[in-house]
Amino acid sequence: MPCAGIRCAPERTRPPAAGAVNDLRHDSADVRPAAPRPRTMPHVPGESGIWIMIFGDMLVFSLMFIAFLLGRRDQTDLFAASRLHLNQTYGLVNTCLMLSSSWCVASAVLAVRSARPRAAGLYLRIALGCGLGFCAVKILEYGEKFRAGIAINSNDFFMYYFVFTGIHLLHVLIGMGVLIFMTRVAAGTVDAKRQGYLESGASFWHLVDLLWIALFALLYLLPSAVPP
Amino acid sequence: MRIRRITWVWLGLLAATLFSWAVGHRSLFADPRNAGVVILAIAFLKIRFVMLDFMELRHAPVGMRAAGEAWAIGICCVLIALYRF
Repeated sequence: MPCAGIRCAPERTRPPAAGAVNDLRHDSADVRPAAPRPRTMPHVPGESGIWIMIFGDMLVFSLMFIAFLLGRRDQTDLFAASRLHLNQTYGLVNTCLMLSSSWCVASAVLAVRSARPRAAGLYLRIALGCGLGFCAVKILEYGEKFRAGIAINSNDFFMYYFVFTGIHLLHVLIGMGVLIFMTRVAAGTVDAKRQGYLESGASFWHLVDLLWIALFALLYLLPSAVPP
Repeated sequence: MRIRRITWVWLGLLAATLFSWAVGHRSLFADPRNAGVVILAIAFLKIRFVMLDFMELRHAPVGMRAAGEAWAIGICCVLIALYRF
């Protein structure tokens, strides 16, 4: 077994730059950088199946975005007035949390490839913290809406708002479970199969980030399309 | 180095987010319809960078990268058309 007792990720790993092997920082003596691979070789990050799910999810959300803007065309004034009840600062904070967690997860994948498991674990735990922060802000935001007497049945805008952000929050919760799984995988010996798990989990978390970017723009930021 | 690139992308995404928030929060454009188009365009530009650099589609097979980019450009155009016209 060529990988027994060591961290390696043979065919999935991108090679370090020429002469850079000695610059890699190792977390322990039993690790070594992955075998070189031509930089130009295309690489599917993670399992193929996860990408079918990701593209499927993106298509479903696309339909939801289109439905929202079609509804908005029919009730422009109502949507414009309702949007003003949303706290854009909460949306901004949550977007920054999602982007930062995505950076942490991408960094964790790179850390695993360069045989730095402790750094990968730290990045993943910070990403998990960002996910928890996102949920806390969402709870705060929902609480404010409920206290103000705003609910899913208040009007069409808030129906879209609660349904879209609720489905997205479900994605965040699933993604946090995936991050916990990734933390455990990164702590063990990472072979090509386990690196595939890590890349699949990372791709799912980036999907959650990507969907929030669109939701933030559509729900929180988009001004009335009626000219002054 | 990849870590340096994704760090710059992350900082760029944060900066673009702040700019979008400012456009949506304050009246930076005389015509709000233009502000809306800018907000949507920036959002899908950010999404493109998340796909290319965080999801690593930049190094994926051509068909896979093309599918991701086509989705981002296509849905962005559809949403801008629905919003603006």
